[in-house]
Amino acid sequence: MALGDRLRGGLSRTREVLTMPLEDLVRGRRPLDAAALESVEEALLAADMGLPAVEEALEVLAARSGEIASGGLPAMQAVLGDQIRSALERPDRVEPFSERPWVVFVVGVNGSGKTTTIGKLAAKWRDGGRSVLVCAADTFRAAAAEQLEVWADRAGAEFHRGAEGADPSAVLTDALRAARARGHDAVLVDTAGRLHTRTNLMAELAKMTRVADREIPGAPHETLLVLDATVGSNGLNQGREFAKAGGVNGLVLTKLDGTARGGVAVAVVRELGVPIRYVGVGEDVEDLLPFDAGAFARSLVGGE
Amino acid sequence: MFETLSERLQAVFRSLRGQGLLSEAQVEAAFREVRLALLEADVHFRVVKQLLERVRARASGQEILKSLNPDQAVLRVVRDEMVELLGGDDVPGIQTASRPPSVVLLAGLQGSGKTTTAAKLGRWLADRGSHPLLVSTDVQRPAAREQLRTIGTRAGLKVHHPDESDAPAILRSALAEAGAVGHDVVLVDTAGRLHIDDALMEELAGLRDAAEPSEVLYVADALTGQDAVRSAEEFHRRIGITGIVLTKLDGDSRGGAALSAAAVTGRPVKFAGLGETIEALEPFEPARMVSRILGLGDVLGLIARAEETVEKEQAEELVRKIRRSEFSLEDYRDQMRQLRKLGPLDQVLSMMPGMGSLKGVDVERGEEELRRSIAIIDSMTVKERLEPSVINGSRRKRIARGSGNTVQDVNRLLRQFAQTRKLMKGLGAGPKAMKRLAARMPQLR
Repeated sequence: MALGDRLRGGLSRTREVLTMPLEDLVRGRRPLDAAALESVEEALLAADMGLPAVEEALEVLAARSGEIASGGLPAMQAVLGDQIRSALERPDRVEPFSERPWVVFVVGVNGSGKTTTIGKLAAKWRDGGRSVLVCAADTFRAAAAEQLEVWADRAGAEFHRGAEGADPSAVLTDALRAARARGHDAVLVDTAGRLHTRTNLMAELAKMTRVADREIPGAPHETLLVLDATVGSNGLNQGREFAKAGGVNGLVLTKLDGTARGGVAVAVVRELGVPIRYVGVGEDVEDLLPFDAGAFARSLVGGE
Repeated sequence: MFETLSERLQAVFRSLRGQGLLSEAQVEAAFREVRLALLEADVHFRVVKQLLERVRARASGQEILKSLNPDQAVLRVVRDEMVELLGGDDVPGIQTASRPPSVVLLAGLQGSGKTTTAAKLGRWLADRGSHPLLVSTDVQRPAAREQLRTIGTRAGLKVHHPDESDAPAILRSALAEAGAVGHDVVLVDTAGRLHIDDALMEELAGLRDAAEPSEVLYVADALTGQDAVRSAEEFHRRIGITGIVLTKLDGDSRGGAALSAAAVTGRPVKFAGLGETIEALEPFEPARMVSRILGLGDVLGLIARAEETVEKEQAEELVRKIRRSEFSLEDYRDQMRQLRKLGPLDQVLSMMPGMGSLKGVDVERGEEELRRSIAIIDSMTVKERLEPSVINGSRRKRIARGSGNTVQDVNRLLRQFAQTRKLMKGLGAGPKAMKRLAARMPQLR
């Protein structure tokens, strides 16, 4: 119970939450008993890893408890970190700009950070010398297109929008034709936020995918699912449903600059078998970083 | 797939049921299952611990062991404690200031749904005779203020949009406007911010001091995981929240964030956002939410919703018709339309007792069936709708063709209608007839 009290004492970072029970375990230099495993379980849960992933981690720890007991905290962190890193390392099957225009759909639930991600991605690609067209296919949310337009302007990307309430597929068709006609390198498509339980909206997304493929065979070349790092176990449901509707082949984990560690991403990667492509760590244009599995795993378990 | 919390608890109690007297070990097993279920539902582990300690203290093993229905005993205590955590049994509305205008400040993380909530809350207040003024002080997110102006105006609300570029000035302008025009409530939408962003939290505290709000509502996303505790705690520490609005509850998250946020702040959840339409905001009732989480159904919610969507006059007219046995295919169609207005079928179903565990129900097919039935009736002539007995073979063929269905579909609909009509004669037409009817629509069987 002492552990519980310490946890209750207020913790600011998942890293601390995770490190503390591990230290506790190791200080005693005892093999991992049931109670010890339970506190590790709690720590991993606090990072939103989700029960199945946590259970698997615990099995590994239990199996290697002898080694951990002698190697101390670093050994335990290494074991956990390795496990998480290897779970996250997925071969990147897409090669951006191998087709022209390179069409990217950005999808996700409301408020996950799709528009901001597109703004940052557009700026990144523009800086890399690519010509980019940004398409506002979110015709549902009020002022969504205006928000995106500001980002597109900042990035120096061409901007295409339809009327509010217009059919997103029609807006998309126009944008793709314009991009082809003008020889753009990439098209970034902002879609309306939707809860994955809205079957009609998910069907709309599937339709947009078909429409894109009709206009530009093979498009969308990338469908990035934007996951909010604060999301809990529901992230897994989101992953599944969006994958079903839109063939998600990459993840973007946003809002990692807060206290949330986005542990659910481990479960989503594992379920969908797609890599995390980028992480969002702030509101500025340069705050979209390529994903680094090792660094992410370390941030979850602490240590080197 | 995870089971939902309700399914999980149902399973726990099913496994205990029928075993007669239980051992301490079995009670412990039940607690363990409750713990896992709550953790899976994203309730913060610290809150889970707290909750279980309280459950344990109140439901001593002996008491449960001796009770005739140990599962019910455990369930009752768990439910009571959850209700308690969520803010007790009272249904709090919006606190008003002694001197108008009352200011309601909405704060929260980016993407939690503040702007949408501001408009919904404005509509909710206006529907109850208030005269709210909406204002967005979000000068961070591009086009955030335009968003509020658009949805607010669309909802028939007054949105203040001064030509100012910093939050305090916008707020001052809104307060002056409200005073001059006589708005009784000012709803202030603020920029989303991270709870660890010291400068922005400081700015928020400044806004609060300037506005002297009677309510500071923390807008929390129901999809949030364990982090719900930290952000809610920090917002509460910095600006002293008075209540919580839980958004995106129409998704399939189990909403443990509600318990987490309410538990660490000690503030009640006041409203729940349940969809994308302007009306999709309901006063939060802890008992209802817990009942729903535990799979005990949400009949109250269903009735409230039926009352809001069913036009009163229409209902009275229908009741009159049923009394005189005049119920026609047109009325039948009206009812199906109203059923669809209640919301997506899966939502309606999830509110019905015992339906929480109905995994096999093909909701999409149910919706499709409703649409199909309405189309069939649409393809009939007025005469056919009023006097279904005239519908002979060739009419059936025409109706089927006209509505894009088969004759079998038409036959099935007519059969269902006949059954419903028969059922209704038996029902009589008390004041609750509409609600009972909705529950007995053949498509929901």
